Amino acid sequence: MPYSIIDKIWEAHEIAKEDEMSLLYIDRHLTHEVTSPVAFSDMKKKGYKVRRPDLSLAVMDHNVPTDSKVNPTIDELSKQQMDALWENSKTFNVPLLDFYSPYQGIIHVVGPELGFSLPGLTIAAGDSHTSTHGALGSLAFGIGTSEVEHVFVTQTLWIKKPKQFKIKINGKLNKGVSAKDVALYIIGKIGTGGAIGHIIEYSGEAVSDMEVEGRMTLCNMSIEAGARTAIVAPDEKTFSYVKNAPLAPKGSEWEEAVKYWESLKSDPNAKYEKEIEIDASSIKPMVTWGTNPAMVIPIDGEVPYPSEVKDESLRAEYERALKYMGLNPGQKITDVKVDYVFIGSCTNARLSDLIEAAKVVKNKKVSKGVKALVVPGSEWVKRTAERLGLHRIFIEAGFEWRHSGCSMCIAMNSDRLPPGKRSASTSNRNFENRQGPGGRTHLVSPAMAAAAAIYGHFVDVRNVEISEVV
Amino acid sequence: MPEKIEGKVIPLPQDNIDTDQIIPAQFLRFLKKEGLGKYLFYRWRYDENERPKADFVLNDPRFKDGTVLVSKKNFGIGSSRENAVWALTDYGIKAVLAESFGDIFYGNSIKNGLACIKLPESIINDIIEKAKEGKLTVTIDLLNKKVVYAGKEISFEIEEYARRRLISGESEIEYTLSHYSKKIEEYERNMKSFVKTNFNEALRKLLEG
Repeated sequence: MPYSIIDKIWEAHEIAKEDEMSLLYIDRHLTHEVTSPVAFSDMKKKGYKVRRPDLSLAVMDHNVPTDSKVNPTIDELSKQQMDALWENSKTFNVPLLDFYSPYQGIIHVVGPELGFSLPGLTIAAGDSHTSTHGALGSLAFGIGTSEVEHVFVTQTLWIKKPKQFKIKINGKLNKGVSAKDVALYIIGKIGTGGAIGHIIEYSGEAVSDMEVEGRMTLCNMSIEAGARTAIVAPDEKTFSYVKNAPLAPKGSEWEEAVKYWESLKSDPNAKYEKEIEIDASSIKPMVTWGTNPAMVIPIDGEVPYPSEVKDESLRAEYERALKYMGLNPGQKITDVKVDYVFIGSCTNARLSDLIEAAKVVKNKKVSKGVKALVVPGSEWVKRTAERLGLHRIFIEAGFEWRHSGCSMCIAMNSDRLPPGKRSASTSNRNFENRQGPGGRTHLVSPAMAAAAAIYGHFVDVRNVEISEVV
Repeated sequence: MPEKIEGKVIPLPQDNIDTDQIIPAQFLRFLKKEGLGKYLFYRWRYDENERPKADFVLNDPRFKDGTVLVSKKNFGIGSSRENAVWALTDYGIKAVLAESFGDIFYGNSIKNGLACIKLPESIINDIIEKAKEGKLTVTIDLLNKKVVYAGKEISFEIEEYARRRLISGESEIEYTLSHYSKKIEEYERNMKSFVKTNFNEALRKLLEG
């Protein structure tokens, strides 16, 4: 029987089956301060231990302050959660990258850059965007807190094998079009529930051409189409991305690993419950106009008319979204002004994202009245960007250059979009109130966010002057 | 967990209700799971001065004692926060009926005894229509996989695993430990060496700088 990469990794980790559920061994477990405290408390109460602290990694990311490491702005509740993670990691002997660690960052940025996440592994984390790690060719699952505890205690997860969804992206992407635009385009096409119950495997020329960090953006956003997770088969690009990571296998183990990883490609006749093909050349830079990522239009598009929507509940949803977003049907998206620009999050805050944004920003100024932030995905990304001088480009243009964290993507700390204010954001969710109560979010790529910061409204980045930065 | 759940229906006829709406991120900063019911649908339920919004269903006196939420497509999509389930159960919700559910939310619900039942669009619309006046009661019969309301009996499908766990309420961790500890050990003995070795040492070095 032909196997897909999903079948291959699944079978290699399946310890048992009961009814429709499989018990999967989990090779790597990432945890953070927000979804772990209840799991740790219950473990203390019941006398459980962490079975494999050596396969676990705790990182503070969700509500860490990003303004300063010396004199940070932090509220009492967030501090309590960070303190709890510190204590729990000591109690349970789990390695921790705390607020002050030079390797601290967003778990989905840190995992791959350290080589904690590797191809062919099963990975779990108490965070929906764990699908990001699938870009390396791993099966990576976002899980709830009960499951976090289950993984800590047993190093396994009960999970029903999802159906498989092949998305083949043919041809080449146009200049100025990034993985984020591809992701938004796909979500717009299949809807927020289009991949519920499925694992997406991305393939095709545009995916092969994409750098690993772009694939991470693509896999990251798959959860916004409802996917259980997403994966890209590992290739030479993956191997060279992973090779120099500090925790990657070395020497003969590296050889063994690569040999195994090369066997993970899907067999030619592998079966998928769903398959679609997409023409990369038809994708333009995208902007969301509504309150979920499927409400998206190309940059040369107009805000839709709900009256033209046949489906009754979708029409109601469109009307509600327009009201929340303060937009009118027929409005050109390029006429929409922004108040905030956020370049950050596990979706788009890796080095390549900052480079793409800096290319647009170089020798220009942030538009008057726009507050613009760059929040690198990890302290490592921040240092590397500084070595390349990117921070100067941003700071001279009028951006704030922050420390790493989830920041204004989830707005658990003081990085928040004020009520009624509008943002161009490289994050993943434009849900009501997501970036702050009453805040209005438009999701875009890093280059598009940078362009919006410079012009004060959305512009087609394909028409903007681009400078070399590295 | 009983084999039958009975309760008054609260209609929430909207697609794509994400977990950020069920409980906003601001209320994820606690160290315990109890007491989250007061934050359920917080931004829909209260205005910026924390006064109840009259037009939201949970503030309608006719639905005050409702325990079965009925919604439409993709209920619980988005963030993995189990707090969404904890907020629902703490509020008193015992079951959610919808056309489809977000995968992670669905998994979380089973572990907390919240029955999430998938029903076809026509049935969901019918229940929502009949529930408008706040007088409709439904019974969810997990044993016979049937939803009963207004004299109708509708069969539903549910994974055997979910059904069993909802009825038994058994701890999944205890179950795995008592049935599969040996198999897990055996698996670990045969793990590929690149998955486990050197890893500890490299990480320790990294953390020590």
